Amino acid sequence: MPRRNDIAKILVIGSGPIVIGQSAEFDYSGTQACKALKAEGYEVVLVNSNPASIMTDPDVADRTYIEPLTPAYVEEILRVEAEMMQGREGKFAVLPTVGGQTALNLAVDLADKGVLDQLGIELIGAKLEAIKKAEDRLLFKDAMNKIGLDMPKSALITNIRDGLEYATKIGFPVVIRPSFTLGGSGGGIAYNREELMEILSRGLDLSPVHECLLEESVLGWKEYELEVVRDLNDNVVIICSIENFDPMGVHTGDSITVAPAQTLTDREYQAMRDAAIAVIREIGVETGGSNVQFAVNPQNGRMTVIEMNPRVSRSSALASKATGFPIAKIAARLAVGYTLDELQNDITKATPACFEPTIDYVVVKIPKWQFEKFSGANETLGPQMKSVGEVMAIGRTFKEAMMKAVRSLETGKKGTNDNIDPRRLTQRLVTPHPERLAYLRYAFDVGKTVREVAQLTGMDPWFLDQMKQISDELKAVGEVKPEAMDTATMQQAKRMGISDERLAAVWKLEGKGAVASVAELRRKLGVKPVFKMVDTCAGEFDSSTPYLYSCYDEEDEMPPTAKRKVIILGSGPNRIGQGIEFDYCCCHAAFALRDDGYETIMVNCNPETVSTDYDTSDRLYFEPLTLEDVLAVYEHEASGGAEIGMIVQFGGQTPLNLSLPLKAAGVPIIGTSPESIELAEDRKRFQKLINELEIPQPPGALATSVEEALAGAKRVEYPVLVRPSYVLGGRAMVIAYDDAEVVKYMSSAIEYSQERPVLIDHFLEDAQEVDVDALCDGKDVIIAGIMQHIEEAGVHSGDSSCVLPAVDLSPEVLETIRVYTRKLALALNVIGLCNLQFAIQRGKVFVIEVNPRASRTVPYVSKATGVQLAKVAARLMTGRTLKELLPEELASGKDLGTGEHFFVKSPVFPWGKFQGVDPVLGPEMKSTGEVMGVADNFGEAFAKAQTAAGLHLPLEGTVFFSVNDRDKENVLPLAKRYVDLGFRLVATHGTAALLEAGGLQVERVYKVNEGRPNVVDLIKGERIQLIVNTPQGQERVFDDQAIRGAAVLARVPTITTMAAARAAVEGIESMQSGTRRVEALQSLHARRLAVAV
Amino acid sequence: MQAVLALEDGRIFRGKAFGAVAERVGEVVFNTSLSGYQEIFTDPSYSGQIVVLTNPHIGNYGTSPSDAESARPYIEGLVTREFSAVSSNWRSTEVADEYLERSGVPVIAEIDTRAVVRHLRANGCLRGVISTAVEDIPALVAKALAHKKMDGTDLASVVSTKTAYTWDASEAKNQTGDKLLPAADAAAKDTLHVVAYDYGIKENILRMLARENCRVTVVPARTSAADVLAMEPDGIFFSNGPGDPEPLDYAIANVQALQGKKPMFGICLGHQIFGLALGGKTYKLKFGHHGGNHPIKNLETGKVEITAQNHNFNVDPASLPDDVVPTHVNLNDDTLAGLKHKTDPMFSVQYHPEASPGPHDSHYLFKQFRSMMEDWKK
Repeated sequence: MPRRNDIAKILVIGSGPIVIGQSAEFDYSGTQACKALKAEGYEVVLVNSNPASIMTDPDVADRTYIEPLTPAYVEEILRVEAEMMQGREGKFAVLPTVGGQTALNLAVDLADKGVLDQLGIELIGAKLEAIKKAEDRLLFKDAMNKIGLDMPKSALITNIRDGLEYATKIGFPVVIRPSFTLGGSGGGIAYNREELMEILSRGLDLSPVHECLLEESVLGWKEYELEVVRDLNDNVVIICSIENFDPMGVHTGDSITVAPAQTLTDREYQAMRDAAIAVIREIGVETGGSNVQFAVNPQNGRMTVIEMNPRVSRSSALASKATGFPIAKIAARLAVGYTLDELQNDITKATPACFEPTIDYVVVKIPKWQFEKFSGANETLGPQMKSVGEVMAIGRTFKEAMMKAVRSLETGKKGTNDNIDPRRLTQRLVTPHPERLAYLRYAFDVGKTVREVAQLTGMDPWFLDQMKQISDELKAVGEVKPEAMDTATMQQAKRMGISDERLAAVWKLEGKGAVASVAELRRKLGVKPVFKMVDTCAGEFDSSTPYLYSCYDEEDEMPPTAKRKVIILGSGPNRIGQGIEFDYCCCHAAFALRDDGYETIMVNCNPETVSTDYDTSDRLYFEPLTLEDVLAVYEHEASGGAEIGMIVQFGGQTPLNLSLPLKAAGVPIIGTSPESIELAEDRKRFQKLINELEIPQPPGALATSVEEALAGAKRVEYPVLVRPSYVLGGRAMVIAYDDAEVVKYMSSAIEYSQERPVLIDHFLEDAQEVDVDALCDGKDVIIAGIMQHIEEAGVHSGDSSCVLPAVDLSPEVLETIRVYTRKLALALNVIGLCNLQFAIQRGKVFVIEVNPRASRTVPYVSKATGVQLAKVAARLMTGRTLKELLPEELASGKDLGTGEHFFVKSPVFPWGKFQGVDPVLGPEMKSTGEVMGVADNFGEAFAKAQTAAGLHLPLEGTVFFSVNDRDKENVLPLAKRYVDLGFRLVATHGTAALLEAGGLQVERVYKVNEGRPNVVDLIKGERIQLIVNTPQGQERVFDDQAIRGAAVLARVPTITTMAAARAAVEGIESMQSGTRRVEALQSLHARRLAVAV
Repeated sequence: MQAVLALEDGRIFRGKAFGAVAERVGEVVFNTSLSGYQEIFTDPSYSGQIVVLTNPHIGNYGTSPSDAESARPYIEGLVTREFSAVSSNWRSTEVADEYLERSGVPVIAEIDTRAVVRHLRANGCLRGVISTAVEDIPALVAKALAHKKMDGTDLASVVSTKTAYTWDASEAKNQTGDKLLPAADAAAKDTLHVVAYDYGIKENILRMLARENCRVTVVPARTSAADVLAMEPDGIFFSNGPGDPEPLDYAIANVQALQGKKPMFGICLGHQIFGLALGGKTYKLKFGHHGGNHPIKNLETGKVEITAQNHNFNVDPASLPDDVVPTHVNLNDDTLAGLKHKTDPMFSVQYHPEASPGPHDSHYLFKQFRSMMEDWKK
């Protein structure tokens, strides 16, 4: 069946902000789907609230709505778009299967409400009935029974009493899975009644339908996943089998996984394949990708179906990267009528897409966790996903892939046994947690057998035998002196995936040159990696797509071309503070330079991203971002003698940390020089520069001991901001108000040394913070955006909502910011992008930080201004100039325009995933993603951003006010506006007195430490719907934190600046009118340009 | 122990020896299946061939008597990237290394198998030697060159059973209790009698026929048409097998003699014999089809099935007379994958509907054979 010509327009629903369980993989799949549909000639409309994504780039879809992913907003978009089709030929369809659970849930909601029928819109990819059958546990179970497939015993539970009764019947432990939640949110394993009551009540609460599945435990069984693709002609193919290294009990997203399956006989595999095909047919997913999960009892082979997702998923992104088969791209084309045999295999370009990829390497994925950011979080892994990102590695063997994946994680650990507590060995092997891999290796080191470890962990003995081989090899090679190494011994170690750094560690080589000396020895022995292709067919057919990985085999398949080339270093696994925004920048660099005639070469190890799509660059190296691996790529590419440069400033801190050693190794880094990057991060030298430029900076000090820290804090004056050097996302950063807090910080687990001292800065309380992104070519500077934070000072910029353009900074302050920005960019000789943070205290502008690199806000500013900053920056790095690229903008001397619109960016936090963690904001970044709200007034933009972030501004109810002295003068008119909109007021005494004096009726409430009932009691009692609480210094920190904590749990929006409070009232006013206005980014920019002309 | 794989064109790959300590010569082919190495070892169609498996990890799940496709391994030698010293699977009874050693099959591991595949892809089928005599490379290359080419050789009668025997699902040897093996369909009606020509038949073909409630008499390759007819079969099956179909004049003559007299079904070599018997020609593919992921389009239904393949020779569709209808085509390279006669009850496929190893998408062909026999009876 060829392309459906009856469809004219397709709405693709994205997945919204990056959250745990729904990450960059949906940017990858959504982008692929949009591009594929556009290439087919359909009018493609996209809705996604996430500005950091590639998919929301204006050229990916015909019309892009960066609007909240709520039924109301999507309905409005559908109406607007349906209206635009009046009088035109063709149908309107919605593709809900590439935007994760969010898109699927929205589609179900809109279909159930009758919106789709009313507007004559068709669901493509998966029909409503199929989605429900797959998602509804009971319907799914019935379907599996019908086709004779085994499932763990289970029952749907809607109250605690039934849950206890059923658990008693099937026996503990039992698994609790809330219906319709992402990444298994709210799920868990209960070993006793008490735990069951706790987990079940949380699960019932989190499930949108207040329902949980209670299930027979298949803990310790082998876990598998098959990626299935089906077309309208009922052709079904399996793209990839994935076997979990961690047995059942750990969420797949938190499991180490391996592709292809390693321990199934053909008969078992084919039985699973038959089952997966039967499942997709019975559920009725007509077209596209789905995944089916299975558990297999290792004792007798009993195979049970666990679940299926009727959509592309994290696993399908992994499977696409693991095999080279672009599932989302193909799925999108199948959704519009094509059959698999009509589509081409994208990699070979010679064979059809209707086949099952076969691979001649092994792929290992390891999740990236960040428990260090959430002190108090339970690190035990279970059915609820907790990881924030993942790495993938490709090797010729499992061992090679595993070791490459381990070093891709950038844990900062050098040796095998860092942080091992031998007394806890058994517990650490039995209980799944992020460090279990390290304990495995330790267990073998201390002589445990594969059988013993298999019993404790439930892991397959084959995997454990492989791990033991690595462990044995490390031991064996450690016994050979480096001088005594011969080529064969070195080759063998490298074939196991052992890095130069690890070799240096086993040989106990210390100091700066240690790793380099191993690399030198290796070169002398003639041992170097070769690069092989991912080609979907194990070499059976010639392939023309240079998707490469390194290994220590014989033959190199991909000599460099003679074209001039640029290597772009990606940002590695997604993590808090270094997320999809950097991937966005890397992709844009690749797009721009490809257009300019460079061969673009991407190096990255994150399977979720657009950057690791082989379509993004001319060559893709799926490799760890370590010095050794990057240098190997460079040497390989440079060996042809063509002109070559490397970009390190787009991938966040990961490539920046490599920039000096890369340069030292002779790699030509283009753009801002590594020395300038170093200068901006070097306290002393930077201070000197600032002084020369006469730019004020909060006083700072360096400390390498507790005593120095106390002396430094005294000198710069409390409160102080304390943090380690060289981190992104404000890891381990605190604000200290006294000596005790400084001592506590310095004696905690923070590592510091002579080379890496702790930084102590005076903290500007009550300041207004501002982020600036600017472009510089070494001669000229263009200010791309001055973003005003609308969260209290001291909150990490990544966790702070901000607005573009700034709403209440005086012209003088703005001008000062511009002057400082220009001075600093030029002084640092920035070539490309730089990001600056300023704080304005009582009208005085201080510079807080300068980062001569792409920042987290680049995609947001690009979308607000319509100028793709990363593309411009990439071109500047190749020697082009602002005069040439942005002549009008440069000549005008103005900041890049945002037209008549306001763009508010708001963060999204993972509190729901970490029970018991204090949800306070501070200088350490905690948000996983962001959303953007757009409107022609600040209030509505703010309200949209809040809604998109899942914090719904109330339309009625009670507002709690507690403001500091500085804000008191402005609080009265603001409160009046809330009253005018029908809100009641609650306030603490000082604020209340003021409001009462102004003639308002206010209910008084105690502060937390004054007595009860206090404000927290009111929040918990759902008597407050909005909180306006501006920070009041040290003595109120406790109160602020208690309020914030209670508000997060109760999902009450909390506002901490007057600017945001004003925005909120305006937003509420516009929402009360009931009209929701939506506008596509493209028309917004077109209007702006029309106005400008 | 060191080992070497020497190809006839002088290309050498060095690795480590496992399995039996033996020197073997054969045609080097590669198979891209991800699972089912034991089924590949024991498929008689691999007779005379050294097999390179592209999945880098071989031996992981050990071996089990249920997964053997015949009484013993038939491959001349195994070339792999990594050969597992341990096995991990509830069905496993013997480690792969011991199994091949016991069967006299040498293994060379730690080989850049992808480089071997790319070399074969570029240069076509090559003869090669696996040896632990790693010192004298020129001698090994000479041995490879001196080895008789597969083209024009009758290997089918070499691997065929010497005497006729009956395959019956009720027999004790077929009662492994392994639920993963195809078992007779209890719902099937009356038993039909199939005579199967053994040119190197895989046991799963017999199991699949038994599943369709057929009693199978397996006969030697050179059994005459008259003898077969005397057994009063309801249908005749022509099996897979090793090597070149062209020299099998006895088999071609049998097909011609039996054509139109009984329903007939051919697989792989059987299909090639059908092609020749019907007046067509066969030719050798550059490096053959060996794997478990080949898309085949059924031209009658328009649907695609993912299939197991193992053949070096192919029927040239252009050479077939008008009364032969192409029924299946390989989508990878548009080669002919199935045919039937316009009027006589005979059909055949180039691939392996019995799978083992491989996907089960084409199991329907056995049902098709059964209904053809039922129709013929009426």
